[in-house]
Amino acid sequence: MTDATAVDAENRDTAVSALDSMCDHIRQLLGAVISDAGVVRGEIVVRTGISDVIAVLSSLRDDRHAAFNQLSDLTAVDYPERPNRFEMVYQLLSMRNNMRLRILVAVGEGQAVPSATTVYSAANWAEREAWDMFGIFFAGHPDLRRLLTDYGFEGHPLRKDFPLTGHVEVRYDDTQRRVVNEPVSLVQEFRDFDFLSPWEGMQAQIPGDEKANGEG
Amino acid sequence: MGVIDPRTAAPIPPGPDQDAILKAVGDEITNRGFVIASADKLFNWARSGSLWPMTFGLACCAVEMMHSAASRYDMDRYGMLFRPSPRQSDVMIVAGTLTNKMAPALRRVYDQMPEPRWVLSMGSCANGGGYYHYSYAVVRGCDRIVPVDVYVPGCPPTAEALIYGLLQLQKKIKRTATIARG
Repeated sequence: MTDATAVDAENRDTAVSALDSMCDHIRQLLGAVISDAGVVRGEIVVRTGISDVIAVLSSLRDDRHAAFNQLSDLTAVDYPERPNRFEMVYQLLSMRNNMRLRILVAVGEGQAVPSATTVYSAANWAEREAWDMFGIFFAGHPDLRRLLTDYGFEGHPLRKDFPLTGHVEVRYDDTQRRVVNEPVSLVQEFRDFDFLSPWEGMQAQIPGDEKANGEG
Repeated sequence: MGVIDPRTAAPIPPGPDQDAILKAVGDEITNRGFVIASADKLFNWARSGSLWPMTFGLACCAVEMMHSAASRYDMDRYGMLFRPSPRQSDVMIVAGTLTNKMAPALRRVYDQMPEPRWVLSMGSCANGGGYYHYSYAVVRGCDRIVPVDVYVPGCPPTAEALIYGLLQLQKKIKRTATIARG
């Protein structure tokens, strides 16, 4: 039992030092085009600007040591209180190093982000989704249409200022013999009774963690 | 009225001639065998005994729908076979969340089904939007798009609940008058 724990701890230390050394390598490789690179809660986070995104992505992919050869996900987060309200998030995976990496880019409303499809073809639909959900424009995307929402949908649902119930609802019209869009009319407005939502005021330490970490 | 001679088209008066013809007809029917039923009951029996549902799964309810069709509950016992085409279906089971984008497609499939047709709304989402009632992308009940005969509650309803709903639909079909009377 103690042997296993010791081996676990050793593996963890090795993983942590691997992350740190990868961070150092990235700073050396991309020092000029990134504003920050560090390990946050066991994950590498790199910050850069809009104009350098493509350079950072292609360097991380093509560098023989880093070899982040897969784009796991590409999305955005809306922070309405910030001057640049959106933050693009690129999640990369290096299969050679069994290591993941996150790139964060601040994007203002109306700013165009260079499309990552030239570097990772997996970015195609992910960027269409980000366009659909947040209204972030991707310059140079081969086919930037909406991905998920209804044909003719207006607005970008994952923006914080988009109303939950949207603007239109559908109904079959017997006289026109087709499904028509109409302004939303609810019999009862949405009521939120969840005063202890885990999504509001999320804590890094979840109740019960202290037992798992042997502090309790 | 009366018995008419087929050769002369003249009525045959009561008597031995008429009796002979009536006996011949009676023997003919008795020899071949026959069943008496009222036509609307017969139609309803046929319709409720071979309800072919359209395969139209939208979300997790579709998994319970598959369970009800699979060997444990076995909808085949009631003559219900899933059909891959609306042209061959009698009943549509709306199994799952109906989104705004899917609504025109659902209506089109319904319109393609031949009369008589029935719709069974399965689960909270199809009944009234359910968990997604306030969503910007979900239809608040599939009865906004198609007329519904039976609502099965649940999230998702169990396979038993769906079969109970289908049996209720059979009952509903059996008590409707098939032949319109003026």
